[in-house]
Amino acid sequence: MNTHVNPPARIGEPLSRVDGRLKVTGHARYAAEHPVADLLYGWVVSSSIAKGRITAIHEDAARAVAGVVEIITHKNRPDLAKADSAYQEQVAPPGKPFRALYDDEVQYSLQPVALVVAQDLETARYAASLIKVDYEAAKHNTDFRIAQGERFMPRRKRAAYQPPKNRGDVDTAFAEAAHQIAGTYHLATHVHNPMEMHATTVVWEGDERITVYDKTQGSQNTQTYLANVFGFKKENIRVLNPFVGGAFGSGLRPQYQAYLATMAAKMLERSVRLVMTRPQMFSHVHRPEALQAVSLATDSQGHLTGMRTEATTATSRFENYMETVVNWGLMAYACPNAEADYTIAPVDSYTPGDMRAPGAATGMTLFEIAMDEMAYEANVDPLEFRLINYSEKDAMHDTPYTSKALKEAYAEGAAKFGWDSRSMAPRSMRDGSELVGWGVATGMWDAMFQKTSARARLSANGDLLLETAASDIGTGTYTILAQIASDTLGIPVEQISVKIGDSDLPMSPIEGGSWTAASAGAAVEATCQSLGKKLFEAAQKVKNSPLADAKIDDVRFDYGRLLSKTDPDKSVSYGEAMAAAGEVSIEAEETVSSGISGMISQMRKSRNTHSAVFAEVKVDEELGVVRVTRVVCAVAAGRIINPKTARSQILGGVVMGIGMGLHEETFVDHRLGRIMNHDLAEYHVPANADIHDIEVIFVDEPDPEVTPMGVKGVGEIGIVGTAAAVANAIFHATGKRLRDLPITIDKILE
Amino acid sequence: MDHITGSQDLSAGTDLPGIPITLTINGRVRELSVAPWVTLLDLLRERLDLTGTKKGCDHGQCGACTVLVDGKRINSCLKLAVAYDGAEITTIEGLAQGEALHPLQQAFIDRDAFQCGYCTPGQICSGIGLMNEGRASTRDEVRELMSGNICRCGAYTNITDAVMDVLEKESVK
Repeated sequence: MNTHVNPPARIGEPLSRVDGRLKVTGHARYAAEHPVADLLYGWVVSSSIAKGRITAIHEDAARAVAGVVEIITHKNRPDLAKADSAYQEQVAPPGKPFRALYDDEVQYSLQPVALVVAQDLETARYAASLIKVDYEAAKHNTDFRIAQGERFMPRRKRAAYQPPKNRGDVDTAFAEAAHQIAGTYHLATHVHNPMEMHATTVVWEGDERITVYDKTQGSQNTQTYLANVFGFKKENIRVLNPFVGGAFGSGLRPQYQAYLATMAAKMLERSVRLVMTRPQMFSHVHRPEALQAVSLATDSQGHLTGMRTEATTATSRFENYMETVVNWGLMAYACPNAEADYTIAPVDSYTPGDMRAPGAATGMTLFEIAMDEMAYEANVDPLEFRLINYSEKDAMHDTPYTSKALKEAYAEGAAKFGWDSRSMAPRSMRDGSELVGWGVATGMWDAMFQKTSARARLSANGDLLLETAASDIGTGTYTILAQIASDTLGIPVEQISVKIGDSDLPMSPIEGGSWTAASAGAAVEATCQSLGKKLFEAAQKVKNSPLADAKIDDVRFDYGRLLSKTDPDKSVSYGEAMAAAGEVSIEAEETVSSGISGMISQMRKSRNTHSAVFAEVKVDEELGVVRVTRVVCAVAAGRIINPKTARSQILGGVVMGIGMGLHEETFVDHRLGRIMNHDLAEYHVPANADIHDIEVIFVDEPDPEVTPMGVKGVGEIGIVGTAAAVANAIFHATGKRLRDLPITIDKILE
Repeated sequence: MDHITGSQDLSAGTDLPGIPITLTINGRVRELSVAPWVTLLDLLRERLDLTGTKKGCDHGQCGACTVLVDGKRINSCLKLAVAYDGAEITTIEGLAQGEALHPLQQAFIDRDAFQCGYCTPGQICSGIGLMNEGRASTRDEVRELMSGNICRCGAYTNITDAVMDVLEKESVK
């Protein structure tokens, strides 16, 4: 009886990616790779000034090149929506969203000022090089430190922004403290740099209808945006993103290549492909530069008595981008007196945006360097210091967590790392000629849940089709959705097709915030359960059904059959059930949302992931070279659907955190207002040789309350705190307290 | 091995006639006419629909465009197609034998040596090129010699595991 059938996958198994074969054979197609007949190619001409007006565009030479079809500028662009609201998609912060080629105004360096459209890529690129633009430059400022003079708190806050909540009497706490520290910490501008450059292929279907292959984290967000901006009927735009070559937040807002490719397609009534160049990738979204001042105070035993944190992050002149930066330390640690303040400061650049753990990767990381300083000032082991100031509840909101297994993460991480054998004094550990340092830091992120829909169709041959408009940006969405359905309905993964990345599919939010596993996962589970109910009703219609007297709760779904839980011999195959019901397929669609009760419960309890990060560095003092030789990242993130893909998410976060800590930094020539190192040779993202051993631990953290499946999400937590663990390890190795990330060779040698 | 007779004119959009070249790509001989400024990468991606080879920077800085030319790994974005007349080129699409994956492709799946998958074809071609060079046998050597291929998803430890798996199997043989 069905012994030939592959076993279903179980939630919690390390299932290999179901889309793996497509990816290792080169058959997974990304935004610029979908074949289209009679395709035109775009090439963007970028501004050479940071601020001012375009006075003339000399395009005759470019137009004379054979194969050039059109040159689009603000002078001949098609009609566009007038109201800012049309350009404000789901993720836009308050302000006036940038509109490429809208008018003669230049707001940042490398802003698009013209789009060449030609019969092939090389012709478009060559013709673009012939376009000369005259400007009337205005005074700009791209220096974040100078912008401090203009810092402010906008009246209209960004929707996701959470203001800090002060407590106690901080001034008295500092006046009476046994020990205290104060420092100002800095984080350089951090650029997403997904490997796939932002790209869009717009297929002109005729009749004001387009199909758009876009590099986005949310097909439905891009669909709405393009409909609003260009006046298409929403149902006439279909956006697809079946494969996304990384994004880390850069694909949350539709980027200008989607807008410009659509503009050209509409104007020319032709299909158009547009890919950004790598330098252009540095000119749009990025994690903002940040300055954060932290003061901490303890009693003589090392109990925190006061904390004060003030941060400023950069924004553009035209939008007020904000992050939740200063709250994390106030939430994480027991401390009776705490206050925080947050402001933003405008520079003449493009608007920053969410990048892997926005706010936390900055604020918690910088705070955790201060925590290390405080531990040393109070002469307490840095791990012990975190434990004696541990808070079981969210200390800022004064609410319990749905779960917080951070203590277990500290313990398991420390044991795996061997923290016990650490000597406290800086410069006390060596390996040959190299100084060795061990550092620890805490990480924190939100566990979020978003309204999501899914649809499932089971065919008589046992094949299951799952559909939701979610995205897989490398996170493993395809795999975990297949796995959840497989476990819920007892169907082998080989018989399950997951269809995502298509705006026509049931509603799914943008992929971000680490909420996709919890949200799309719950939608798929609910849909499969609903489908199971229909199967059960059909199974009872089978003649002399062995399940005739059973209730739905008495059966389980496994190996393509409904089986009595008490007597597995009583069973009906899905095929038999469907035949009895006269159905060739059974379909179900469900929507999950936290609802009103969920919102109330969210106010009563805090929902967070936590991590304990341990790092070992080896420092060659003569050369200033730092190597991160070991990292252990112990994560408390509720239920883990797939430890293989979840582990990869943490590894990726840790690697990006090492980049933040040691390598990644934009250098701006403030006279030109332009990033000088806008390529992958001069902006160093970690390479294989930079990465040594990384251990990932998922601690047990059952949490039926946090989200329907007990899932918290793992996309961001891996980066939070990692750079602090590295910085703290460098202090331990060298005795140098470096408060400016990234800690590059010059700072070690200073 | 199949052979296309006649030549494809791939110099559309230009006034200049294309330059005739013959490339053997994944075992298939192709007689092509290519404008002299077309890179090998753009030839593969935009004209031959071999989009498995990726463009990550177009400057030879990221390795996403790595292909094998006569068994050696190169950055195809830095090479003009016309310079490869007569060469034998293997791209990611040419590694599997029918349904059977190349051992390194299978090792990448088993080790979860990718996330978004965009750098993956370049990583795999580079890994095979590395093994052909016979220069690496330890993890440290693999890490060093695979550093021309950037993975922003940060799958490096798994990539190294995958390459080591195949290297160790090969050395047993």
